[in-house]
Amino acid sequence: MPGLIKAIEPFRFYTRLHLSELTGLRASNLSQLLSIVKQAPGSCIYHHTHRFLQQHQYLSPEPPNDFAYWVSKVLGEDELGEMLASIDTIQFSTVRRLRDKIIATIEDYLKNNISAKLKFAGNGEEFHFIKSVSFVLPTNYIAYDLKEFVDIVKNITIDSIYFHIFESRLRLEKKTNDFSNWIETSIGDKELSDKISRLDPYTHTLEDLRKTIIKIAGKRVSL
Amino acid sequence: MADIEKYIPTVGQPIIDDLKLLAEKLKGKTVQHINSTAVGGGVAEILNRMVPLLKELGVDTKWDVIKGGEQFFEVTKKFHNALHGRPEEITQRDFDIFLETSQNNIEALDVCGDIVFVHDPQPIALIKKRSGNKWIWRCHIDVSNPNQRVWGFLENFIANYDSAVFSAPGFSQKLPIRQFLISPSIDPLSDKNRELPQGIIDSVLKKYNIKKDKPIITQISRFDRLKDPVGVIEAYKQVKKYFDCQLILAGGSAADDPESAEVLEEVEARSERDKDIHVLLLPQDDIVVNALQRASDVIVQKSLKEGFGLTVAEALWKSKPVVASNVGGIPLQIKHKYSGLLCHSIDGASFAIKQFLANPEYAKKLGQNGREHIRNNFLITRHIREYMLLFLSLYHKEDIVYL
Repeated sequence: MPGLIKAIEPFRFYTRLHLSELTGLRASNLSQLLSIVKQAPGSCIYHHTHRFLQQHQYLSPEPPNDFAYWVSKVLGEDELGEMLASIDTIQFSTVRRLRDKIIATIEDYLKNNISAKLKFAGNGEEFHFIKSVSFVLPTNYIAYDLKEFVDIVKNITIDSIYFHIFESRLRLEKKTNDFSNWIETSIGDKELSDKISRLDPYTHTLEDLRKTIIKIAGKRVSL
Repeated sequence: MADIEKYIPTVGQPIIDDLKLLAEKLKGKTVQHINSTAVGGGVAEILNRMVPLLKELGVDTKWDVIKGGEQFFEVTKKFHNALHGRPEEITQRDFDIFLETSQNNIEALDVCGDIVFVHDPQPIALIKKRSGNKWIWRCHIDVSNPNQRVWGFLENFIANYDSAVFSAPGFSQKLPIRQFLISPSIDPLSDKNRELPQGIIDSVLKKYNIKKDKPIITQISRFDRLKDPVGVIEAYKQVKKYFDCQLILAGGSAADDPESAEVLEEVEARSERDKDIHVLLLPQDDIVVNALQRASDVIVQKSLKEGFGLTVAEALWKSKPVVASNVGGIPLQIKHKYSGLLCHSIDGASFAIKQFLANPEYAKKLGQNGREHIRNNFLITRHIREYMLLFLSLYHKEDIVYL
């Protein structure tokens, strides 16, 4: 059975726990937002484009980033909000490129919508820039074959799934997610690896993502 | 009493496994919490639950309480109000009283932690005892618009800490030290939040002469002007014109709050002997609070300012529809029209209450969403995890830390 093929290297599950660090940087209008997005640490851009994924697992569909949410709900710029929300994050392999795309989107919008610069957030509704500080640590869960892998994915925390799917790819700048990488290189199942790497994780909740991976990989195990 | 394994049915085994992994990384460090009261108020409540759990996880944890007389707590209450942006006349004498009592505590208190975790402004001056160890200042109050004189006074102390912690992004200030965002939490297994048999709920209602013959609207909080109990009565009166309902205003008093008796009198005066308004000054009895929340049809938290507003999390955990002010940490807990209704005024509060009373299915759905949001983000297990990460952050300055 494919599920019982011994992996060349076992898969050690890591987890990623995070703290939110306040920067004291805040924006009241689009020009300020743009200016701070340009200079804020990459950890800030990462935080505001990924926070929702972990915090609102059950609130789906959610705006995929804080910038989109604030621009729409607080400044009332729905069109720009939609443009920011639909940035295809999976296409960007580094936070730096993702930041460039956000900057370009806001700059283009401001060129054609000069009046948008005049809108200010109300008192207490400013955009506060927050940094994500990640703590990466190995868990005690290790998979030696695909069956064990599926069993662990069923029970591991969503923080671990998050780390292997999102953080390792974008923040640690690996080319693909860890699961696909292991399945291809250690199990030798390129087809399954591709199926998982083709998923757009940004359109799933984390629990959804877990179920989808279990479903796709589970089929292989039961073959 | 504490038993970390008991949380597994609520949050799952892997969450508890993560806590154990983090605790191992803190082996050999002693954490000393210091605050101003052992009972009453959110800080003492959290510490009462958290300290035993941290110990059980293997984190060497101590909890000490500073001493302060009536004068000192009157001053710190004034500070508290001023930090919330309320007009207060602060005199040099007030600062002197604060410093005198602080000096007594500096001399009396044995500061022995590798990590000293100071809660709120009352013990803030203990930082003068710093000697090679790590210090954290945890601000539990809304300092988004503080009285600059009081804030400036405190800032002199804060600048000497390693890190500060706030409950909402808007509370952060320009400081020369690292600042973290950590929300407080509720304990799903505490007497205040655990499931209760209907018999207990009924007996509590009977004890306080409350009949379940009409919808119950409840605000649980200390009798404090910042909680706007009088505003809640006004909102109730507007609702009452359309829905025959009753109001419970219930809360205790904390040892460090000398103002509550005065506010209670104002509330009773405004109630004007309406038999459907139940004003309950409660002893410290969490089961009673739990039962009152569970018996309610709508829970209100109409605060003018709020450090975090844990009563909102408590109500949402019980799947109750909640109407709450859009202040402090409340919008972190309530996403408007998804996990509750936010309001900005008495009129807004009464409109939202009416919406819930008129649409029970809508109210039920928002309550259920609220419970899941609390499960994911505001339970004590998440709080313990973030505190342990905070402790570890004192020894790591980078944005990605490999442990």
